[in-house]
Amino acid sequence: MIIAEGKPIKDILAMIDDYDKIIVAGCKGCVTVCSAGGQKEVEILSSALRLARQTQGRPLQIKEVTLERQCDTEYLEPMREYADQYQAILSLACGAGIQFVAEKFRKQPVLPGVNTQFIGVTEEQGVWTERCQSCGNCLLHQTGGICPVTRCSKSLFNGPCGGSKAGKCEIDPQVDCGWQLIYERLKELGLLAKLEIVLPIKDWSTSRDGGPRKCIREDLKI
Amino acid sequence: MKAGSNLEKVLTSGKFAVTGELGPPKGADVSVIERKANLLKGNVDAVNVTDNQTAIVRMSSIAVGAILQRMGIEATMQMVCRDRNRIAMQSDIFGAYALGLRNILCLSGDHQKFGNQPTAKNVFDLDSIQLIQTVKLMRDEHKVLGGDEIEGAPAMFIGAAENPFADPFEYRVIRLAKKVAAGVDFIQTQCIYDMAKFERFMQMVCDRGLHEKVHILAGVTPLKSVGMARYMKEKVAGMEVPEEIIARMKSAGKEKAREEGLNICAEQIQRLRQIEGVHGIHLMAIEWEDAVHGIVERAGLLPRPEVN
Repeated sequence: MIIAEGKPIKDILAMIDDYDKIIVAGCKGCVTVCSAGGQKEVEILSSALRLARQTQGRPLQIKEVTLERQCDTEYLEPMREYADQYQAILSLACGAGIQFVAEKFRKQPVLPGVNTQFIGVTEEQGVWTERCQSCGNCLLHQTGGICPVTRCSKSLFNGPCGGSKAGKCEIDPQVDCGWQLIYERLKELGLLAKLEIVLPIKDWSTSRDGGPRKCIREDLKI
Repeated sequence: MKAGSNLEKVLTSGKFAVTGELGPPKGADVSVIERKANLLKGNVDAVNVTDNQTAIVRMSSIAVGAILQRMGIEATMQMVCRDRNRIAMQSDIFGAYALGLRNILCLSGDHQKFGNQPTAKNVFDLDSIQLIQTVKLMRDEHKVLGGDEIEGAPAMFIGAAENPFADPFEYRVIRLAKKVAAGVDFIQTQCIYDMAKFERFMQMVCDRGLHEKVHILAGVTPLKSVGMARYMKEKVAGMEVPEEIIARMKSAGKEKAREEGLNICAEQIQRLRQIEGVHGIHLMAIEWEDAVHGIVERAGLLPRPEVN
């Protein structure tokens, strides 16, 4: 899923400083699972914002809403009924959701309430880690199911570099060396021979480097 | 001859090579380069010019390399994958060759986190092994990546680094074999203090027959103080310094520490020369260039050979 983290309240207060009537819009997708922008976070954030503005003597009126998803048009529509009564929309969805709201609701600014971080997994309660950079051309079959683009700090295709020490990366002793993980996994599988082959130079055109991406499925189009 | 550089000539003639290293200044002051270069001149066969090492902004390795060539000192330009994509790298290789550079060392590059630009975006479009392949393609097939023919091939003698002390230890030789398969001509290693471990590494290299396919230059760095020894052990990524070395530097005391550092270095060179497959040393006297002449002389490696 997409992992996000709430922005610091002081940043949000600065963003909404010009407004006294806003919508705080959560999303029931990824940001609910990673506890950054679901219904609970909408409630907590709204209370905190109201309280902060109350103490400033400039009360803030908030409409709290948590949409099914913010990355699909149909789930945004219900907001049309009341959106125009508000000066701004503070979205707690991921960057895609925030932008989609901004595209669909043209009359008021749409503001980010979270920082979208990465595509990752829940490693344990309260700990999420990155797994995929969505490069558009998966090579996990060659690297034991561990992505060197994501897990190696230098995205090397033929690692590990000289900075790998005791299984850790040179950038931080808390960070696993991605290539050590690949090595161990392939060793476990009896596939170390794969590491003797030089992985070729990557075609980055399927990644963001090729420009904004689009996925079209003719079989699904109406 | 692939490039016809002095380093290539020394190595292919079977002579024991000595290379040095020069870190460019953190600014545009040419006098710093000239001072360091004059200390290395005549004592080494080629001088590595580092490419923004530890991700600290310095004068470009190609510019400094060209200055050395002008001074009659052969340079080996280091090129890291951190800062440039394949377009800039290939372009810079053309330019470097046009300026007279004939040796290149292909490196991944230290992560920018360590340097003075930790908020930078990194590149790593190619990795060091893919860079070796790229330079070889340009040199031998007269093409750039993608297959376009080039006007004037850059005949570079291609080098790479190897750290025998990084992990996983048993994989380091396999990775070296990948560099050989990619087309590397010479290897310079990380500085070696743990001789026994390096000997084990070289045994694995010879078992695979790699010593017959690539020239390996063993890295050495003279220690200035016990503090430096400890720093290398604890702070430098992928470096091992045995306790015995630290104890020797400690017992030498402050006044004789440098002398002891030079003794250790000369002993290391003697031991390295005995190891099968070691074709030279890469002497990295970091900010201690005036020690180079003495070390090379003590090791009996002067005068440097003139090979035509």
